Amino acid sequence: MAQAAPLKKYGKPLLHRLLRQMLLIRVFEERCAQLYGLRKIGGFCHLYIGQEAVAVGSIAAIDLTTDYVLTGYRDHGHALACGMDPGAVMAELFGKATGCSRGKGGSMHLFDPGKHMLGGNGIVSSQIPVATGVALAVKYRGDRGVVLSYFGDGAIHQGAFHESLNLAKIWDLPIVYICENNQYGMGTDFRRVSSVTDFSAMGASYGIAGRQVNGMDVLAVYDAVAGAAALARDKGLPAFLEIKTYRYRGHSMSDPAKYRSKEEVEEHRRQDPILILRARLEDAGMLAADDYAALEEKCVKETDDAVAFAERSADPALETLFEDVLA
Amino acid sequence: MPVITYRDAVRQAMDEEMARDASVFLIGEEVGEYNGAYKVSQGLLEKYGPNRVIDTPITEEGFAGVGIGAAIAGLRPIVEFMTFNFSLMALDQVINNAAKTLYMSGGKVRVPVVFRGPNGPAEYLGSQHSQALQTFFAHCPGLKVVAPATPYDAKGLLKSAIRDDNPVVVLEGELMYAWKGDVPAEEYLVPIGVAEVKRPGNDVTIATCSKPLRMTLETAAALEQEGISAEVVDLRSLRPLDDETVCASVRKTGRCVIVDESWPVCSVGSHLASIVSNKCFDDLDAPVELVASEDVPMPYNHALELAAQPSAERLVAAVKKVLYLQ
Repeated sequence: MAQAAPLKKYGKPLLHRLLRQMLLIRVFEERCAQLYGLRKIGGFCHLYIGQEAVAVGSIAAIDLTTDYVLTGYRDHGHALACGMDPGAVMAELFGKATGCSRGKGGSMHLFDPGKHMLGGNGIVSSQIPVATGVALAVKYRGDRGVVLSYFGDGAIHQGAFHESLNLAKIWDLPIVYICENNQYGMGTDFRRVSSVTDFSAMGASYGIAGRQVNGMDVLAVYDAVAGAAALARDKGLPAFLEIKTYRYRGHSMSDPAKYRSKEEVEEHRRQDPILILRARLEDAGMLAADDYAALEEKCVKETDDAVAFAERSADPALETLFEDVLA
Repeated sequence: MPVITYRDAVRQAMDEEMARDASVFLIGEEVGEYNGAYKVSQGLLEKYGPNRVIDTPITEEGFAGVGIGAAIAGLRPIVEFMTFNFSLMALDQVINNAAKTLYMSGGKVRVPVVFRGPNGPAEYLGSQHSQALQTFFAHCPGLKVVAPATPYDAKGLLKSAIRDDNPVVVLEGELMYAWKGDVPAEEYLVPIGVAEVKRPGNDVTIATCSKPLRMTLETAAALEQEGISAEVVDLRSLRPLDDETVCASVRKTGRCVIVDESWPVCSVGSHLASIVSNKCFDDLDAPVELVASEDVPMPYNHALELAAQPSAERLVAAVKKVLYLQ
């Protein structure tokens, strides 16, 4: 386990924030699963449980006053890590008028442009060229921002990924491409459908540095993204990170995940990102047992409040059906 | 009034809007150093530099998405497809992202992007390079679609498209780029969603758009010699579709022929025919006729490819049919 010294450089406030955010996502997502079972949430619902360290560690490493986040449909974690209001997110999942997308987006389409969270895209890889365009706009205006473009291992064989890396490199765009390799594209083990299993090698085809990162270690994610974002921001060097992670649940709520063994899931649960950080903080004397319980209670309360807000919110008026088609 | 080509009119629109608004830029294949595959962007790189006239690799899905992303982040990109045949590579970006982001975000995220380039059949280009694809875009809510047929409308509509806060698809035409017409020196805009009566008449309404307008106007002039007074309505915009201007004309003439160079199945032309048939049922003296391209891919042989497209002969036949003159 880690020593106190390496932890100190992050400072207690950041470490506690990382732990709190991961815990909030975990509690929020577990509640989503229950609410889906109760039919409060419908349609496709892709939970982020197990992958919390990726969104939390990476978004903590950027500055959302200048920087941007775009991701795919497994977007609850990114939304919360960007500081979106859990009530507005839960209300969106309920399809309520108070949802962040007025009940028109749903689970896969969470947006908060004020927080520079530019969605939630339901088409595998479709957000990658869009994120590249946001990076182009940042450079066009001479801003100091950087864009984090998230996608899963399922997206990596799409043309949109390869076209985007090439464009980012020829134009020196400030963007970090983050492949959250949770090891299954829906029910397909990525090793069955990939010519290479070390995705980080794919950056080399486009002259972009790629590296693998342990996505169960929030601090490893934080360090890797902080470094890559600095190079992208200051030197216009796009980067590609393959962050190895694991989702505990099925692809979506309708997926019983029978394509993998219970043992495999258990093995990954032992490397749980929340447990790892908690243990390291406790070992370093930076977290008391009471602290963790208090944190957990806070996250449960925040989730309770979000659910209550969603419950008491009104459905969108039928006439809003015709609103927002055109600006 | 200056007489300029359709090509120059499109270029003037881009030039004026780029001069007016620093957030407007042009991106696409061969738009910069090559000065445009059809020379539409001639001189723009020299004037505005490579930051605002951006050459791309052949990667339609990629640069269409880049245009959408830049628009979401507050710029006003003009994405040029070398031809709309190649836009099919980018259809996911146009349909799933450009057209839907505003709605999916509950109105929070706008996408003020323009997709423009030549659409419709040219000559000797075969099946993949000679297609009128307006239906694909006009079908989709969240987009605006315009198909100007004159230099005047091309300039005025493109300027409106660039200033619009929505994604706008601007359909030009390879064979139209050399066409000439009056374009005033002073600034003007043509509003999106407003059709125009290009020739007044009393006996029959002919509604069309884009390249077939010229053939339609020539045919209307020839019909005049036979004592048939045709009113020609240029749709100019396909979404929103100004069906009211068409219906107002049909209420006057009692007869309607629609000329549309795309395929006849589920097309803008067939859609307009259904609207006219519905809204003008009591005014119509004959069923609405549709003169469309034949329901086949475009052949290479010139006689065959001409036979596949709307022609003066077929239009005359349709007009005489609705007038019960044959």
